[in-house]
Amino acid sequence: MIRLERLTKTFGKFVAVNAIELHVPRGELFGFLGPNGAGKTTTLRMIAGILRPTEGRIWLGGDDLIADPMSAKRRLGFIPDRPFVYEKLTGAEFLRFVAGLFGQDGKVVERRIDELLDLFELSVWKDELVEAYSHGMRQKLIISSALIHKPECIVVDEPMVGLDPRGARLLKNIFRAFVERGGTVLMSTHTLEVAQAMCDRIAIIQEGHIVARGTIDELRQQTAAGDASLEELFLKLTGGEAVRELAAILQD
Amino acid sequence: MHPLALIIAPKWRTALARFRQGQTRGKALIIGSVGLVFWLAVFGVLYRVLGYFRGVEEIGPLLASKLLSLVLLSFLSILLLSNVITALSSFFLAKDLDLMVSSPVDWLHVYLAKLGETLVHSSWMVALMAVPIFAAYGVRYDGGWFFGFVAIAVVLPILIMPAVVGSAVTLILVNAFPARRTRDLLSVIAIVAAGGVVMLFRLIRPERLARPEGFQNLLDFITVLRTPTSPFLPSEWTTDAVMGYLVGPFDWFPVIVLWSSALATGVLGAMLHYALYPTGFTKAQEGAERFVKGWIWQALLGPVFSPLSVSKREFVIKDLKLFFRDTTQWSQLILLGVLVVIYLFNIRALPLFTGEQVPFYLVTVVSFLNLGLAGFVLAAIAARFVFPAISLEGRQMWLLRSSPLDLRALLWSKYWVGTVPLLVLALLITVFTNVILKASPFMMAVSVGTIVLLTVAISAMALGFGALYPQFETENAAQIPTSFGGLVFMMTTIALLALVIVIEAVPVSTYLRASFNGQPVPVDIWMIAAFVAVAVICLSATGLSLKVGLTKMEGFEF
Repeated sequence: MIRLERLTKTFGKFVAVNAIELHVPRGELFGFLGPNGAGKTTTLRMIAGILRPTEGRIWLGGDDLIADPMSAKRRLGFIPDRPFVYEKLTGAEFLRFVAGLFGQDGKVVERRIDELLDLFELSVWKDELVEAYSHGMRQKLIISSALIHKPECIVVDEPMVGLDPRGARLLKNIFRAFVERGGTVLMSTHTLEVAQAMCDRIAIIQEGHIVARGTIDELRQQTAAGDASLEELFLKLTGGEAVRELAAILQD
Repeated sequence: MHPLALIIAPKWRTALARFRQGQTRGKALIIGSVGLVFWLAVFGVLYRVLGYFRGVEEIGPLLASKLLSLVLLSFLSILLLSNVITALSSFFLAKDLDLMVSSPVDWLHVYLAKLGETLVHSSWMVALMAVPIFAAYGVRYDGGWFFGFVAIAVVLPILIMPAVVGSAVTLILVNAFPARRTRDLLSVIAIVAAGGVVMLFRLIRPERLARPEGFQNLLDFITVLRTPTSPFLPSEWTTDAVMGYLVGPFDWFPVIVLWSSALATGVLGAMLHYALYPTGFTKAQEGAERFVKGWIWQALLGPVFSPLSVSKREFVIKDLKLFFRDTTQWSQLILLGVLVVIYLFNIRALPLFTGEQVPFYLVTVVSFLNLGLAGFVLAAIAARFVFPAISLEGRQMWLLRSSPLDLRALLWSKYWVGTVPLLVLALLITVFTNVILKASPFMMAVSVGTIVLLTVAISAMALGFGALYPQFETENAAQIPTSFGGLVFMMTTIALLALVIVIEAVPVSTYLRASFNGQPVPVDIWMIAAFVAVAVICLSATGLSLKVGLTKMEGFEF
């Protein structure tokens, strides 16, 4: 469903993403992990069509994102890490607007707006301007907007930020149900417990390169880490020494 | 480092870094040149006026003094309004407040830092404007180099006092209403007040004061000049000090009154801040609960835009909703209305029909030149409302770029949402002024045709330059046109207006000559070529601007 071929992004001389190759098939929830500044968000923003790759190709369900962006984007729902939305629209109006961007309108959309707002417990806030929403409510609204047009794949950057435990649980269930019905989710997160519990496969990116990928068991084999947790694997792959040094500094 | 300096440091370091980042030699040169030309123009005009006053015995200094007091009074009013609005952002809505309030910083330092921020943000323009004015007074009345220090010493208090009073008014208002609601309220009040003052000032027709026949005798005139606007106004004290220094006799009293009042106001402001700020700041955190009836918009606008594709229709409706729900945006329409009324009033007040015979030549020339003026007004309006359109999408660009919305559709929607109202306004201004001027059908046709072409081009240029010089970090739409890009847009538009006027001068002069000689208007090759050239220039400017804007938008990365 999502295929990246030698995807590269440079900012001046800085190589943020370096020729990464990735394939996420239908019906898979794929975790994209890495330390801060490793290139996760840049990769996801390229897949969403917000950043233009310096080199390489992005395929979404058989459509080339660069050559045929309209068709490719129709398949996609993107959830960014920072929930910037139009402050002077109501929640329902925002969802209606997003559906319009995907060429959808009418009673079907209205019904879906009600369903999604109900699902995320935002029905009471339906006709209130977004400027009065809390951070978590905005995050829920953006998640709803990514689902309003019934995408085939969802690309999500730090989905749990700002969500309460109830919202986080709900989101996990939604993503699980989505992939069970044949959808694809590519998710970046720092919450390793979430990644371990939810993801079918995981890739770890560092300094623009994918340094490991596979199921948790495959990652354990690759790193010869026995029955280590994902957190331990992550630290081992991304320079755990630094973390230990930090812990020592904090103890001092 | 002193705590106050520590609080202020991030602000000026940010400003410095932004200045260094955004500065190129060309940019600095353009801004510097425009500023210098403006300063020289103000200085030149005032220098001449003061020269004329100086030549008038007895009442010369009185006239100069009256003029200065009027200028300072208008500065004081502008400063007060501007400080009230700025204080709301700096004291209650700024992003650094959470850090500042949660840190163990003395309340007085917070007050002084925020007061300084308010003062600088709301007074820099007035302070810059004051430079050529005081320079003209100093040079004309031989004030010498020391006059510069005197001017600074007497102007500073009238910058401080409105900042303190404005902040205090905002503090009281925020304690009464939630900050976000107060912002809406203040924008409307400020705009209505500004519009009212401008309208009142124009409608009393100050030009009549220049006609001596309006006064029964010289004594009445002098009495009016001698009477201070109000002895309790700081602008009057500054005038007294300045004129005392320049013309004599110099008296320290107004300077002492100015500084003691400024300091006393500061102390009272600080006391009020101490008493009310904690409650006000807490209230400012409350969101303004605003349930809106979105279905009314959908029911009204949906059918109107139903012929458009879904994405274009939703985009246009979204833009209209955002505009009319943002008080800071729509309230400026009030000011716009006032300016249009004044514009028409000015045309009506022109002394064209005072003689027995209607001066045909003059009417035609005024009607023709009016095109340029109307074009300038439209450019200013486009700078305020169309130029920021792309910048205002900045934070939401993640959504637009990740959706299958064609950027051409986005640009198309923005273009027509801006152009249609602009076109209605342009036609209203042009047709009404020509009717008031009793212009001939030929001039009416030329004016209407040209203004339509100009509007189409100006709107496209505003959008194109807005995309070329985006200000994605600025949340306040009103600040976007004052950026470097806004300046470049205005300069390019003025060049286009000048070009169109120069080209059309050919057919208009042919028409004038023929009419003057009582001959029929010759439709020759030159006349046709001139109109075709104007159409080609305007349409090329439209196409090119939109194309450049689109290319730039396609390259946006977030």
